[in-house]
Amino acid sequence: MKFIAPLIAFLGLAVVLMLGLQRDPRALPSALIDQPLPAIDIPLLQNPEQRFDSTALRGQVWMLNVWASWCGPCQEELPALNVLAHRDRVPLYGLNYKDQPAPAQALLARFGNPYRSSAVDADGRVGMDLGVHGVPETFVIDAAGRVRYRHLGPVNNEIWETKLMPVVKALQ
Amino acid sequence: MIPEIGVFALIMALLVAAVQATLPLAGAHWGVVSWMRIARPAAVLQGLFAWTAFGCLATSFLTGDFSVLYVAGNSHSELPAVYRFAAIWGGHEGSMLLWQCLLSAWTVGVALCSRQLPQPYVARVLSVMGMLSIGLLLFLLFLSNPFERLIPAAAQGRDLNPLLQDPGMILHPPLLYMGYVGFSVAFAFGIAALLSGELNAAWARWSRPWTLAAWSFLTLGILLGSAWAYYVLGWGGWWFWDPVENASFMPWLVGTALIHSLIVTDQRGAFRSWTVMLAIAAFSLSLLGTFLVRSGVLTSVHAFAVDPGRGLYILCFMVMVVGSSLLLFAIRAPGVGLGGWFALLSRESLLLVNNVLFSVAAMAVLIGTLYPLLLDVLNGGKISVGPPYFEAVFVPLMVPALVLMGIGPMVRWKRSAPVELRSQLRWAVGASGISALLLAWLLPRGTDATWTPLSAFGLLLAAWCVWSTLVQAAKRLSTAGTQGGSLRLRASRQPLSWWGMLLAHFGIGLFVFGVTLASGFETKRELTLSVGETVSVAGFDFRLDGVDEVPGPNYEAHRAHVQVLRDGEPFVALAPEKRRYRAQEMPLSQAAIDTGLLRDLFVALGDPVDDKTWSARIQVKPFMAWIWIGCVLMALGGLLALADRRYRVARRAPRTARAQRGDDAAARTAEAAS
Repeated sequence: MKFIAPLIAFLGLAVVLMLGLQRDPRALPSALIDQPLPAIDIPLLQNPEQRFDSTALRGQVWMLNVWASWCGPCQEELPALNVLAHRDRVPLYGLNYKDQPAPAQALLARFGNPYRSSAVDADGRVGMDLGVHGVPETFVIDAAGRVRYRHLGPVNNEIWETKLMPVVKALQ
Repeated sequence: MIPEIGVFALIMALLVAAVQATLPLAGAHWGVVSWMRIARPAAVLQGLFAWTAFGCLATSFLTGDFSVLYVAGNSHSELPAVYRFAAIWGGHEGSMLLWQCLLSAWTVGVALCSRQLPQPYVARVLSVMGMLSIGLLLFLLFLSNPFERLIPAAAQGRDLNPLLQDPGMILHPPLLYMGYVGFSVAFAFGIAALLSGELNAAWARWSRPWTLAAWSFLTLGILLGSAWAYYVLGWGGWWFWDPVENASFMPWLVGTALIHSLIVTDQRGAFRSWTVMLAIAAFSLSLLGTFLVRSGVLTSVHAFAVDPGRGLYILCFMVMVVGSSLLLFAIRAPGVGLGGWFALLSRESLLLVNNVLFSVAAMAVLIGTLYPLLLDVLNGGKISVGPPYFEAVFVPLMVPALVLMGIGPMVRWKRSAPVELRSQLRWAVGASGISALLLAWLLPRGTDATWTPLSAFGLLLAAWCVWSTLVQAAKRLSTAGTQGGSLRLRASRQPLSWWGMLLAHFGIGLFVFGVTLASGFETKRELTLSVGETVSVAGFDFRLDGVDEVPGPNYEAHRAHVQVLRDGEPFVALAPEKRRYRAQEMPLSQAAIDTGLLRDLFVALGDPVDDKTWSARIQVKPFMAWIWIGCVLMALGGLLALADRRYRVARRAPRTARAQRGDDAAARTAEAAS
């Protein structure tokens, strides 16, 4: 019997690994899910005199995309976001996270600007409130101003169609 | 054209591997000599095809053929040639090809250096390695083809991850994989012995040099990876208990147990089923490491390739390889004898304790690495297990192992008299106590840290490792003088494996010393530095003289000129860089380190605050270099031991009927003769 024990232990391990493969290690649940979005009141990237006020967006379902010019995957997702947000008419706002204004503007000029506007979170305070792990991240916020979904990593067609839009449609 | 030749070579390698895996095995079973004879040429031919494929990929990289998807994804026309070569294993497909090529290299090595082993045994070993090759080659051809074309070709490549554009990364993956894959030899030897039903001392002797080689390569590989983390990741740490690091550490721990257990099986015929179990476990953990790194099942700072389809394949491969070998073990092990008798105080029992400690440590690392995954599978939420767990579990297991390391080699096989041991131990204990006190008194003060019980204990332990090794050496060299002769003559009579053991154990002492002081007495500062400003850290004055913009081959860098002064006198000039790699727009901090025997001075540049002010991280780490020196000595010790002529003599010695039957007495006679 004692000689079979290693085999049994290994098969148990294999089952765990098998189940683990079905999981998405990036699908980190946010502590903010179904909680109100922390109030955001910071300057806009395009026009620093104006401020981004998250409470003014109540009454509609919108998305907040955390991005930065220093982040490679953010550049990759920009073209897709540009097409998709316009096509599905989803209000998409950006949070320019720990970035400098000049390279951020340059990036949008080069790859296109998918955002209605971008808020400047230069010191990362808002990102901290949101519990941002890594850039890019995308949040879906409902009409009552609550966070309903969070996606980690770049958005592509497939993620937009299968993960983000179903949440948006259900909330609308 | 060249990539197609590469694919063709892989297909040919697969076909040859299929022959290598089946015919010799069947031949060994039914006693058909001509079938068994196919094993060697098939192994060599398979190796040639695999390395042809590697050459094709290397050509595509060096010529910058961006019509190959993998090249376009991992190279760039501005990338320096040496990194274009290292980029071969910079991504998933190329790493797997490297895995296969090294497996082929080990297989060819076994085929060429096994002339004196019984033919059925060699046939089985090469068959088992052929089966592993089949699994890898199928994976390469169907799920990770490095030669896949990109049509139309990309105008420019996406560049190698800047983190990997580092001299350490040129050698780290090949050495690490040499170690990982090298355990396949011990595995194949063990499986062949199980298949033949003759699980005796002979297989242990034959696999010892191979296992030592794999272990030494793995040690060097882990060392380079750790050194890379130290100066490239820019945090100044060198071990993070990250899943990917653990993946390489678990086979090392079990491999360490294995090289010790093999000694017992080789020389005393004991622990037979336990040793073969360790051989299976060491290679299984190598496979598990590959699975963890390549499937993306765990998140890690190193998360390189994420593809569940590939993960599923590696998992199935692992289940087949490990599952079938454990099944074979379950069937054959109960019939294996127990081997020689030994007393409680004997080298056997101390080596058994070593085995248990290292296996439990590997198990603890395995649990810590997989626990987050297990909890997630059980819907327990996402957690991460950090260094506190590993340190809390690992240190208490390693302390007795280090204490025993000093005693074990002084103890005789079978039974040892406590009296004899006491006199040697007295010297070692006394010397280590005195030198630990002396060191504590001599060591430079004025750092942040103060003496803690743990660091004092670490120092004592390091002194113990060094002194007990020296006392053993002195004892053996003085008593071996019964035949007379000068000290030099006596020293030259000792087998190389004994010198290798001394060197490795001595290295562990230096390693423990380095770890204790570097982690216990480091001084860290996170600060901002303006041009012309001087800060004082641990007795050194760091002055920022200016920041230049310097162009690199494929990046732009800000290079800071930091003058280090000691007592007002210039000591050393450091030039940390903040680079921005053009192709991926990725910033990277290149730390500047002044390595010395007494301390490392570490300066890494952060972000600019304004034109003249930069944030920086300054660290003074005492005796950091001793960690690396200790690891190098361990690896050298392993390599020295495997060069022992005992292994070659045993192979050249005519095979007696007894050795063929596998009587372990034959192995003991050979031991006595050497």
